[in-house]
Amino acid sequence: MTRGVHDLGGQPAGPVDLAEHERTFFDQRVDAMMRLLAHPEQGHYTVDAMRRAIESLPRDEYFALGYYERWVRAIRQLVVEKGLLTEDELDRKLAALRAEAHRA
Amino acid sequence: MPADHHHHDHTHHDHGDAHDPHAPVNEAHGVSEESALLERALRELLIEKNVFGADDLRRQIELTESRTPELGARVVARAWTDPQYKARLLAEPKAAIESLLGIDLNLTPELTVVENTAARHHVICCTLCSCYPRAVLGIPPAWYKSPEYRARVVREPRAVLGEFGTRVPDDVEIRVVDSTADMRYIVLPLRPAGTERMNEDELVTLITRDSMIGVSVVSGPSR
Amino acid sequence: MKPSFAPGDKVKVRAAEVSTHCRTPHYLRGKRGVVARVFGAFPNPEELAYHRLGIPYQPLYQIEFDFAEVWGRTERATVITADLFQHWLERDR
Repeated sequence: MTRGVHDLGGQPAGPVDLAEHERTFFDQRVDAMMRLLAHPEQGHYTVDAMRRAIESLPRDEYFALGYYERWVRAIRQLVVEKGLLTEDELDRKLAALRAEAHRA
Repeated sequence: MPADHHHHDHTHHDHGDAHDPHAPVNEAHGVSEESALLERALRELLIEKNVFGADDLRRQIELTESRTPELGARVVARAWTDPQYKARLLAEPKAAIESLLGIDLNLTPELTVVENTAARHHVICCTLCSCYPRAVLGIPPAWYKSPEYRARVVREPRAVLGEFGTRVPDDVEIRVVDSTADMRYIVLPLRPAGTERMNEDELVTLITRDSMIGVSVVSGPSR
Repeated sequence: MKPSFAPGDKVKVRAAEVSTHCRTPHYLRGKRGVVARVFGAFPNPEELAYHRLGIPYQPLYQIEFDFAEVWGRTERATVITADLFQHWLERDR
């Protein structure tokens, strides 16, 4: 029986961690980017597409990544799907940012 | 620990202090370098290509931050003190909330307000992801989005509520509400005894985020 | 699309397996419940997820399930509800 990695209702799990996690600037920016890109009128794709992209993450990635880290990977997949950016552009930009980070 | 949690949740209602101790902290705290780079790459490229502007991002952040549990608490306090408002809230939640708070809920998901009574206690979840009434209450707590909550609250709700320090009597029906589609849910918690003489502003300070999700109940002033 | 079900109707969730985006949780597949609320029609999320329009809109219902029906054991006075689209529901007589 196939079950998506996200389809968690009733799965075995441990105690709920009640700790409050303060929102970081990373969280805020990813959230805002998603809201703009998936805006009901001015957006480029739907929240449903976001969910589908997140659900398609490999199982170990899904659980290893933080909540907004999953979102940022989904955004990456969808902006390429919708032709807003190319993989090439992203790869070049990432390489440039990595080089900058290692120079600093 | 549950009492501390309750207090911590309670202090999220403090506003008007310029130095907000609950403001976002620790740039990219707990996030991998790869994720941080990816976020920056996407943001800069999308701004370069005019998909959105830096101002749009800023405005969106401000909008998201402006929605907090205190807004929900004001809705609950009004519903407790004004039976006509309560009836309207249950029948047309978005319109009732918009008119009370002066916020625009157009283009946000549909809302249902579920009323806790002496016979019935609701607890909200989203087993498939993290659907939550963000347009009113703001960002959901981390635990709401956690695999543990999503997996267990539909299967052992009383045990999970117990982890929050909440015990629902055996003869009270627990209704676990899984937000699987377009509807978002807010719990109208039961008004506790001992609050009859309190005014709306005083009631607002009692009504926690967790009571509007249903993992807690509202405690009266005599604790 | 006019809703096929009304509050109080007994329904059964289809036991189908899909590998594409779906908002019918696994733990409810094949389970019997009762229509609690009728929410109106919404675009099909299974289509929206792939950049399609989600037309025709599907009626959406809040279905109430007895705890014992879902998990095969009793938990005192507990009910689970989920919001499910019409195409995932069959009439249960």
